[in-house]
Amino acid sequence: MELKLDQVAIALDGHTLVSLTEVVVPGSVLTVMGPSGSGKSTLLAYVGGFLDPSFQAAGRVWINGRDVTDLPAEERRAGILFQDPLLFPHMTVEGNLLFGLAPHVRGRDARRHAVDVALDQFELGGLGNRDPATLSGGQKARVALARVLLSAPHALLLDEPFSKLDAPLRRAMRDLVFAEARARNLPVLLVTHDQADADAAGGTLLRIGA
Amino acid sequence: MTRLGPPLAVLLLGLPVLIGLLGTILPAFGILPALGGVTPSLAPLEQLLAMPGVWRSAALSFWIGLASGAGSLFVVMLFVAGWSGTHTFKRLQRTIAPLLSVPHAAAAFGFAFLIAPSGFLARLLSPELTGWTAPPNVLIPNDSWGLSMIAGLMLKEIPFLLLITLAALPQVEAQRGRAVVAALGFGRTAGFLLALWPAIYRQIRLGIFAVLAFSSSVVDVAAILGPTLPPTLAPRLLQWITDPDLTLRFAAAAGALLQLGVTLGVLLVWIGLEQGGAFLRDRVATSGRRFRHDRAVRIVAAAGLAASAGAVFLGLLTLAIWSIAGLWTFPDLLPQSLTLRGWESVLPRLSNPLLTTLIVAASATLLAVALAVLCLANEDRRGRPAGRAALWMIYLPLIIPQPAFLFGLQLAFVSVDLQATLAALVFVHLVFVLPYVFLSLSDPWRSLDRRYEQVARGLGRSRRRAFWTVRMPLLLRALLTAAAIGFAVSVGQYLPTVLIGAGRLTTVTTEAVALASGGNRRVIGVWTFVQMILPFVGFLVATLVPALVFRRFRAVRV
Repeated sequence: MELKLDQVAIALDGHTLVSLTEVVVPGSVLTVMGPSGSGKSTLLAYVGGFLDPSFQAAGRVWINGRDVTDLPAEERRAGILFQDPLLFPHMTVEGNLLFGLAPHVRGRDARRHAVDVALDQFELGGLGNRDPATLSGGQKARVALARVLLSAPHALLLDEPFSKLDAPLRRAMRDLVFAEARARNLPVLLVTHDQADADAAGGTLLRIGA
Repeated sequence: MTRLGPPLAVLLLGLPVLIGLLGTILPAFGILPALGGVTPSLAPLEQLLAMPGVWRSAALSFWIGLASGAGSLFVVMLFVAGWSGTHTFKRLQRTIAPLLSVPHAAAAFGFAFLIAPSGFLARLLSPELTGWTAPPNVLIPNDSWGLSMIAGLMLKEIPFLLLITLAALPQVEAQRGRAVVAALGFGRTAGFLLALWPAIYRQIRLGIFAVLAFSSSVVDVAAILGPTLPPTLAPRLLQWITDPDLTLRFAAAAGALLQLGVTLGVLLVWIGLEQGGAFLRDRVATSGRRFRHDRAVRIVAAAGLAASAGAVFLGLLTLAIWSIAGLWTFPDLLPQSLTLRGWESVLPRLSNPLLTTLIVAASATLLAVALAVLCLANEDRRGRPAGRAALWMIYLPLIIPQPAFLFGLQLAFVSVDLQATLAALVFVHLVFVLPYVFLSLSDPWRSLDRRYEQVARGLGRSRRRAFWTVRMPLLLRALLTAAAIGFAVSVGQYLPTVLIGAGRLTTVTTEAVALASGGNRRVIGVWTFVQMILPFVGFLVATLVPALVFRRFRAVRV
């Protein structure tokens, strides 16, 4: 699995925000840093397939050997984590995970089992029946991660996913996300303005804007 | 699919207004082939001007529209400026919100029963404070200056203006703005008015225009509380158009044009007042004065708001008591006995109007919600919200005075033989329901975090699936609230129902207003009680269903 950005360029009102060509190999991280408004989240939206129509974009995006540029977001298999966990507030924790779990896991029992395994793996055992609004910040972040991993993505897009966590939690979450990505051989595109994120990620660092 | 939303909405809102205006203007200049008018003439205009007291009627409409609109805005403006962000504000806000669902006619009847010489207020004070043992002989309501009508209109306009102001507050970051002006040493009220109000005003301006247009052209409230010798313009127009003497239709059409002029005049004067207000504001803002002592102003503003809410509640209570009152002599505060006679006499005649009310309100609301959802989903697809032109379009049926285009629309329905059909009634209600549904739904729709759907798409769900499994459930409460508002608006419609229903299709509102001149308080009490309970049930459903469906989920329960 690999993520390839081929001459991707994004402009707003004729003014180019981002322009790059990069290959992110499986298990590695491409970190894009830049100040607010530099277009780093826009790049993420383009790769994910929900770029606002007011931007003009060119270039191809390849995920796992497939040109996904013209595919709708749901067929790209690009899992995304935002700075907020964005757990669906009208579903239980288990409901959120079942919503995310890839369709190839079939049958009620098999799907429940897969979710139970994930709950245990991310230290969420016994929380399946809970209202997401009653979870702690760290628990919410882990549910969001479990949800996206259960969807069996071919790449991970991270939009400042640790910026709203307090310092100790941030470190733990960072290690967990990168370890999971490596273990599953997922290429990761991380946008952040926190130098510590970039240091922990280890891969290529790209600065834009400024 | 969503592409169809905006053109459909424009067609549904614009076409009736356009056809209606045309159908009013042509007869106003003598052209109405069905009644033999084929050559343009000024005869209708002359016929109108020959009506006794027509100028006084027009002047009354102008005065009442302007005064009630200005009065309501004044109370709301001072209250929000003086109290927003306090506990009192939240408490009063919660009390006021349900008042929006009370139909105009019910509020007006309640108010009339409250302030009449033999009304609840007089009974409360008599004979101890007033010395009255018989009702005093004064002309209230229906006073010739329209003061009771102005007050009655304000009772409904204040909650409406307050709610649209509340919706605008978050967009101007009122919380932080208040802190900034306070740090600069300004008193609460003045600081708010000088620094934050202009931005709020810009947001609610079209809503204020709608209030001015409505109150200068209203029929049902005028029939209940308005002056009688002569009445305001709009109820006289309705009289002429329903008169067996068909030649009066020409005068009615010309009168509808005059009504358009009156409402336009109110709006123009209002724009002048806006200019004056802005000038004054700039003078004061640069003068350096801080107005730190505003206690008195704040108390008066809160009292005004509380009094308006109290009047509606007391009025509705009086209505409810009258509907079951036996012998109730002046100055007794409560009836000597209770009886179900009123209910027994009305119940056999209730089912048809009630059924019509429910069918029309439910259909118009359902269509309006579906259309509003299509339009808003289309905004999401295009990635930007509808512009200013679209907003004007939505407000169009609310700003053009109802008589000016409903008369023409009625003629159009007659000519295609659709008058007094359920379909026509639903269609014309939709014209007034859709704007309110759209305006109520658009804020929560646009402020729902779009990343929820993006997450769902990233998890492999199609746009359609994400829409139905994530956006719709998260907006359930907003959808039901918008539907409850639409339902209440439809139930309260008077003029469109009278004109298009043509007396053959009646609703609880037209039945209630028809009793206005009769003065049988028990029967009026029953009809208005039914009229006010319907929207209330709608809001109850909108509150209870999300609370039940999402009882396990804290973030979406309330």
